[in-house]
Amino acid sequence: MSAKNLSAKSGSAKNLPAKKLSMQTTSTQQQLIIIGNGMVGHHLVEQLVENGALERYQVTVFGEERHRAYDRVHLSEYFSGRDADALALCEEDYYALSNVELRSGEAVIEIDRAAKEVITDQGRYPYDRLVLATGSYPFVPPIPGNDREGCLVYRTLDDLDAIRAVAETATTGVIVGGGLLGLEAANALRGLNLDTAVIEFAPRLMPMQVDNEGGELLREKIEALGVQVLTECATQRIEDGEASRHRMVFQDEKILETDLIVFSAGIRPRDQLARDCGLEIGERGGIVVDNQCLTSDPAILAIGEVALWNQSIFGLVAPGYQMAKAAFSTLVGGDTRFAGADMSTKLKLLGVDVGSIGDAHGNQNPGARMFRYLDPIKQEYRKLVVSSDGKKLLGAMLVGNNGVYDTLLQYYSNGIELPAEPASLILPQSGAAPTLGPGALPETAMICSCHNVSKADICATIDGGAEDLAGVKIATKASTGCGGCTALLKSVVDYELEARGVDVDKSICEHFAHTRQGLYDIVRVEGIKTFTDLIEKHGNPDTHRLGCDICKPAVGSILASCFNEPITDAAHIPLQDTNDTFMANMQKNGTYSVVPRVAGGEITPDKLITLGEVAKKYSLYSKVTGGQRIDLFGARLEDLPDIWSELIAAGFETGHAYGKSLRTVKSCVGSTWCRYGVQDSVGMAIWLENRYKGLRSPHKIKFGVSGCTRECAEAQSKDIGIIATENGWNLFVCGNGGMRPRHAELFATDLDDEQLYRTIDRFLMFYVRTADRLQRTSVWRENLDGGLAYLKEVILDDSLGINAELERQMQTVVDTYQCEWAEAISDPEKLKRFRSFVNDDRPDPSIIMTSERGQLRPA
Amino acid sequence: MTAAALKNEMDTTGFNHTKTWQKICTKADLVAFSGVAAWFETASGPAQVAIFYLPVDPNAATLPGRATELYALDHFDPFSKANVIARGIVGDIKGAAVVASPIYKQHFRLADGQCLEDESVTLRTWPIAFKGDAVWIEG
Repeated sequence: MSAKNLSAKSGSAKNLPAKKLSMQTTSTQQQLIIIGNGMVGHHLVEQLVENGALERYQVTVFGEERHRAYDRVHLSEYFSGRDADALALCEEDYYALSNVELRSGEAVIEIDRAAKEVITDQGRYPYDRLVLATGSYPFVPPIPGNDREGCLVYRTLDDLDAIRAVAETATTGVIVGGGLLGLEAANALRGLNLDTAVIEFAPRLMPMQVDNEGGELLREKIEALGVQVLTECATQRIEDGEASRHRMVFQDEKILETDLIVFSAGIRPRDQLARDCGLEIGERGGIVVDNQCLTSDPAILAIGEVALWNQSIFGLVAPGYQMAKAAFSTLVGGDTRFAGADMSTKLKLLGVDVGSIGDAHGNQNPGARMFRYLDPIKQEYRKLVVSSDGKKLLGAMLVGNNGVYDTLLQYYSNGIELPAEPASLILPQSGAAPTLGPGALPETAMICSCHNVSKADICATIDGGAEDLAGVKIATKASTGCGGCTALLKSVVDYELEARGVDVDKSICEHFAHTRQGLYDIVRVEGIKTFTDLIEKHGNPDTHRLGCDICKPAVGSILASCFNEPITDAAHIPLQDTNDTFMANMQKNGTYSVVPRVAGGEITPDKLITLGEVAKKYSLYSKVTGGQRIDLFGARLEDLPDIWSELIAAGFETGHAYGKSLRTVKSCVGSTWCRYGVQDSVGMAIWLENRYKGLRSPHKIKFGVSGCTRECAEAQSKDIGIIATENGWNLFVCGNGGMRPRHAELFATDLDDEQLYRTIDRFLMFYVRTADRLQRTSVWRENLDGGLAYLKEVILDDSLGINAELERQMQTVVDTYQCEWAEAISDPEKLKRFRSFVNDDRPDPSIIMTSERGQLRPA
Repeated sequence: MTAAALKNEMDTTGFNHTKTWQKICTKADLVAFSGVAAWFETASGPAQVAIFYLPVDPNAATLPGRATELYALDHFDPFSKANVIARGIVGDIKGAAVVASPIYKQHFRLADGQCLEDESVTLRTWPIAFKGDAVWIEG
């Protein structure tokens, strides 16, 4: 069960069914009492409310705690900012508006099965049906001194208030119990800034979920966070301490002093009410229930951690929810049954990934074989438990990295046959992690767990008429929750559409039945030089052949990459986005920002002064960019030509900050000034920026050049990263910052200057040729069949035999460079574009500025 | 001629907030397959208008419904609340000529101003036509 599902609150009255129910009992209504207002009890109420069961039942809920139901899974967040209201599972008025009576703070003390009444200290309440959702309580080991003041448990919000109160005057805290809940509690104590120790009786942490290797790794990672871990520690007694309030004495008379002790040594079902009224109870506790969640008294049901199903207690919230659904079905005469639950879990405890699937220890399947992978440097541990024939995954264990959890879970829960080398699933990959192809997934495979959408649901939607991804998303809600399944959903939808003979349309837009790469090839092969020509010859005749805001800029970019004619020429100007049209970046109020080129980030004092003077004269807001340039904001359309005349006169040229083209080459000062530098990174940056400036490409391109391995230019976050070595330059490619950061990959080492630029020539031109529109090099690389190895074959080994052509093409672009602004201001016809209004010289009066920190900004 | 001058001229010729054809600019001010902005007087006061010029080649085979060459819409973009519509890319989507807002990229039909992404949003449109080389608009 993911955090998202848990934190989604029940709606207030606005979202409820319109039907208004009377609080008065009507003759046909039965009395339903639910004891327990925890997560599972609340889930049952939601089922009743959302499915219209309140016509049949008058529902009363008893909660012992004073708070309405809250998210116990994220309890530790109570100390990191989420208060009781934020943790609550519903709005405050949800119960009242739903006509469900919630009696918080009223504990049930007895059930009178003969009279069919529950008894509290405030009265007797009759029931027709009764649901026990009393949950569990923390087990406190029978250690002398366990009831001392400051010895607490970790289960409820009141427990947490008590912990917080004690922590105010404490500096150290100890958690007794190194399981899942114990580590959660340890996280909470860290949140209270206590020096924290975890004591575990077993030889390792999380003994239920991980084995010795995994436990050892977990210990190292948790100790690295400053949490002390003591295993094989049995506390004998707790007594007065000397330096701290308590002294814990262990089996070997070793001692540990602390101010606060929290017991988290497991949970026990709260079955006392059921015992007292004679319901059948399991040997080790828990109310025995059947598939319908019925107890030995058919009027009474039990759900959640108090219920014992098939000799098992389920201490996770997801099975509890499934029981709530089964109980609801039983109450309304449906046929949903509880059929047990998979206890596979994926957790992040103290920031450490822990995953456990099926028979993770491999001790429930005789003959099972195991694969283990341990990386002591990255601190990752993965284990597979496979059937004796090596074909089925029986269990898995992950510590330190849950990256392959989803894939493994699909293998496990769908019984998919393992690859010939099962170990490949847990070995580190040079490229992206292996995922299951959509064809290999069975119909039952869960694709979107937020909205419970299986592959079969998706197939049914497609068979029902959904034509594309968007249609499937609307029909199933898949991928509209956490969004984690987006890529998987798309691959399943594409696969299923293709399987049905539907051509998955890869056309760039309705005007061309071609991809960007297809259009690029047509333009080059046929030498087509204008958009009009291209759409006349290759456009879709069922349109007006005007193009659109998708194909026009894409074709504009292709034409510029191939022929490098000025984008402001009459034939090209209608293709350009407003930024390219006016060679400046439009801001939210319709004004533009101006960024002159400052190659390599090197600028003379005189040029700096010019920038200041121009900014002052035209009232421009000034800001230094991340690419080592200066951005001047708030320029009015009609001022752009004057601004550029002054900048050009001072020796500036356009910076292409508006274009899908080379932006900047960022550099550190390198060997010229820096005592560590081994090459002249600034000189190389300036040279490269001047070489590739003006190159139009599928998306923007950024470079970085660092003068030594300290990497001060952050070159590995750029499309092209260059790092100096003693012997030359190392070239990295396809990095990215921004929304989806990606480290650039090492492409070639110790290149000399000429090898460096020739390699970049080929790389960039191959990208320009083959990438999709608006596809950065990082995404292009991830989608490239064959990955980095293929790219190296093409660029370094010339496997396609196109390198000479790529270099020639780049040389053409370099040779035909001209500053677009210098070209435009020399042409009065082009300058006519830079008028706010063709019949009035005054500026747009609706652009209003205000002053902030000594500069202007949009009001 | 500026908008203010335009208004004075109209005031002296008995202009009293009724719809009237006005000369707004010349063909030379327009940009083929793109837009320009201009001021003019409407019945409810001065307005910024985006004028789009999509020349029709009488010899080219075109689909029905693309006979119009000139379109006049609000220059004001209701999504970004900036006067920028004339600076958008024009094109055709699902059979209708449109302009895409340069800021948040919503599409507006040139013929009636309807936003394709949001049914409830429509830009105002005005009749506009060539008279020789002059461009006239009614508002």
